[in-house]
Amino acid sequence: MKHFRSLALAAALFAAAVPGAKAETPDDTLVIAWQFDDIISLDPAEVFEFSSAEMIGNSYERLIGYDLENVSDMFGVVAESWDVSEDGKTITFKIREGKKFASGNDLTAEDVVFSLQRAVKLDLSPAFILGQFGLTKENVEEKIQQTGDYELTFEMDQAYAPTFVLYCMTATVASVVDKALVMEHEQDGDLGHEWMKTNYAGSGPYAIVNWSANQAVVLERNDNYSEPAPLARVIYQHVPEGSTQRLLLEQGDVDIARNLSPEDLASVASRDDIKVESNVKGAVYYLGLNQKNENLAKPEVRQALKYLVDYEAIADTIMKDRVKVHQAFLPEGFLGAVNETPFALDVDKAKELLAEAGLADGFSVTMDTRNTPDITGMAEAIQQTFAQGGVDLEIIPGDGKQTLTKYRARQHDIYIGRWGPDYQDPHTNADTFAANPDNSDDASAKPLAWRNAWDIPELTEKTQSAVLESDPDARAEIYEELQRTVMDEGPFVIMFQEIENAAMRTKVENFVLGPSFDSNSFAQTSKN
Amino acid sequence: MASVDTATGGGRGRALLSTSTAVARFVGMVLATLLGLVAVTFVIGRVVPIDPVLAVVGDRASPSVYARVREEMGLHLPLWQQFFIYLGDVLKGDFGRSVLTTKPVVEDIARFFPATIELATLGTLIGTIFGVPLGVLAAVKRGSLIDQVVRVIGLVGYSAPIFWLGLLALLLFYAKLGWAAGPGRLDVVYEYQLKAVTNMVLVDSLLQGNMAVFRNAVSHIVLPAGILGYFSLAYISRMTRSFMLNELAQEYVTTARVKGLSERRVIWRHALRNAAVPLITVIALSYANLLEGSVLTETVFAWPGLGRYITNSLQNADMNAVLGGTLVIGAAFVALNLFSDLLYRLFDPRTRKR
Repeated sequence: MKHFRSLALAAALFAAAVPGAKAETPDDTLVIAWQFDDIISLDPAEVFEFSSAEMIGNSYERLIGYDLENVSDMFGVVAESWDVSEDGKTITFKIREGKKFASGNDLTAEDVVFSLQRAVKLDLSPAFILGQFGLTKENVEEKIQQTGDYELTFEMDQAYAPTFVLYCMTATVASVVDKALVMEHEQDGDLGHEWMKTNYAGSGPYAIVNWSANQAVVLERNDNYSEPAPLARVIYQHVPEGSTQRLLLEQGDVDIARNLSPEDLASVASRDDIKVESNVKGAVYYLGLNQKNENLAKPEVRQALKYLVDYEAIADTIMKDRVKVHQAFLPEGFLGAVNETPFALDVDKAKELLAEAGLADGFSVTMDTRNTPDITGMAEAIQQTFAQGGVDLEIIPGDGKQTLTKYRARQHDIYIGRWGPDYQDPHTNADTFAANPDNSDDASAKPLAWRNAWDIPELTEKTQSAVLESDPDARAEIYEELQRTVMDEGPFVIMFQEIENAAMRTKVENFVLGPSFDSNSFAQTSKN
Repeated sequence: MASVDTATGGGRGRALLSTSTAVARFVGMVLATLLGLVAVTFVIGRVVPIDPVLAVVGDRASPSVYARVREEMGLHLPLWQQFFIYLGDVLKGDFGRSVLTTKPVVEDIARFFPATIELATLGTLIGTIFGVPLGVLAAVKRGSLIDQVVRVIGLVGYSAPIFWLGLLALLLFYAKLGWAAGPGRLDVVYEYQLKAVTNMVLVDSLLQGNMAVFRNAVSHIVLPAGILGYFSLAYISRMTRSFMLNELAQEYVTTARVKGLSERRVIWRHALRNAAVPLITVIALSYANLLEGSVLTETVFAWPGLGRYITNSLQNADMNAVLGGTLVIGAAFVALNLFSDLLYRLFDPRTRKR
């Protein structure tokens, strides 16, 4: 029996080494469990991912901001005021005096000019947001000019709608960086990009002090910020599994969990020490119907499929609390957004339409489906209702990047996708759902309309005219028309708008979920 | 005397010669294996229908940005040319840069691999310390209740999905009982106290004499290591049992018993010593398995290890990271094989003669 004794001894030793482990998070620290392995950079000129956008949003400032409750209400942040010239092509920004970066350097017009020029010159993924005003690497120094210590001018190639320009100035790519600090770390004329990928040079409420990929991001209060944050530190912990996040939250090892499944959300919400907050986000879920497929190219078929999705049932069951039914390409809250939902499951009507298209016996079609639980769940629900109308839908599962690669090459029949706006202006979605300047295979611009081979010269023109309409009401009207046309005729079955949830300990206050990821804010979050 | 000296000297020379040929052959084999591994991984990485440019620029980049990055990544070149460029870089010790972490792959591996090693080593240790005696016991008491229990333990460990066990363990020991700490390697409070030297939290905290961090790290690693340990215990105890049954049926065991040796001596000294030879391979294999295959455990326990790093990179077509990680694990496999070979020589005199 000697070995038994040694076994028991070994077990006892091991158990003794383990202390009772249960720690509350420190009072001055907010710990957020989130899945954020999408971060590839912390340079505002490059950031375009959901999670890093949120971090940049909380650590940098931009010229313009908007009211999170009412997006159409815009105000200056770094900018104190702005004037549009008579010809509508130049905007003069006055910079607020007295702002300081976390480094202690003063924030002046020089930094703003540098930041905007830098983003255009680096020409990374989000640079097009500024580029659409006719700015290029070559001309940007001439077009954006410092005209005083606290004044600059921004010149465009056309008289764009001021709302359009200002909304673009709220995007993370327009964040103001600390010129002196960034240029200290410049190597080979890279405008400090290599350094900025993993470092911080901003003036926002929090300073990013550490990023270990797939592990954690740590932010500390920026004491130079005008309204210093109540908490000393915010730590994002990368926790890939939703159920693991739930355990951490229930134990109090994290303050906020961001990726809980509907079931987990429902069960944590019933606890006294946890609350769930949510807000509608800009992303929409849709089906893209490739017009290269001869069946899907028939207008009646496109219409029929819009009657073969049980929107209500999906929003009430598998995607409960995660989406709401929304059928226009502009998400609720955007200028000109259409919130009516004319389509519902109507099998008879769909069959009628299919018969009109000469497909009374139905047809077979494939759908490329990302293999995440939510997308797959929706796809399976759609498969069932399609079958009721005689449409045999084959689901082709694949990894996210894989299905996307196929979609971008227009090799799909149907693609089930999610699209989030790039900035808060309606043009961002109009430009992709309702514009396709060149439908040829080697086109240079490849918006969603192109990916689904929808050739729409007239609609494209209309979309392009909307950015030049300076009267906001008239502009909103154009977008309403565009949305109705796409809703009625387009190769997109737009189904839902996303809702973001955050489950948090009840002691967490003022953690704000904004309409976009970069507007989620913990600037004034506190714990009591 | 002189003649004897020459004779042994000559023998040693021959032995030396044959050892050096063996070493040369071995090195050649290792290089060929690793080269093959690079080639296969490289080709697989390039033929998967995922566009690697997407990982860098995302879905929203303008066409000009897309085209520029594609060229920067050398993707416009023919495949063989890309391969030789990559191979040249690897020989210079440059595994390229990971897209996802933006850091050189070498640096990433130095950060993620130790976390895996720490977990896998502890897991294998637990599996061996408990698995071998249990296996021996089951074989000796064949058909008894102990044997049945060991077999059921083995069966469950073998067939239950490891992530499910992980979640259950978390639910029980972390959430309900509060005996162990939750997912992650350390509590947030401790997370930034430690200077990274080896990147193994247990080792680093001991080296720096920070016992609070060490205790916290132990309370975090105990669950995932226990789960992995159970998994390898299942395998090791089953194999030990069958090796031991085999040995106990041999004639030398009967001889030993007839000679009047104590039963304990017969089992632990004679039978187990002979069973140990194949067992070494089993343990080495199970260790290697934990090194590369604990992705699910790493996911459930939010453990920043190499398995998850590679999987994540693969899903994002971050090929430099995948290649670098695969090579490291391949090299670890080869090293473990070599190690178990050497141990073989130690335990089994017959292999020394050849």
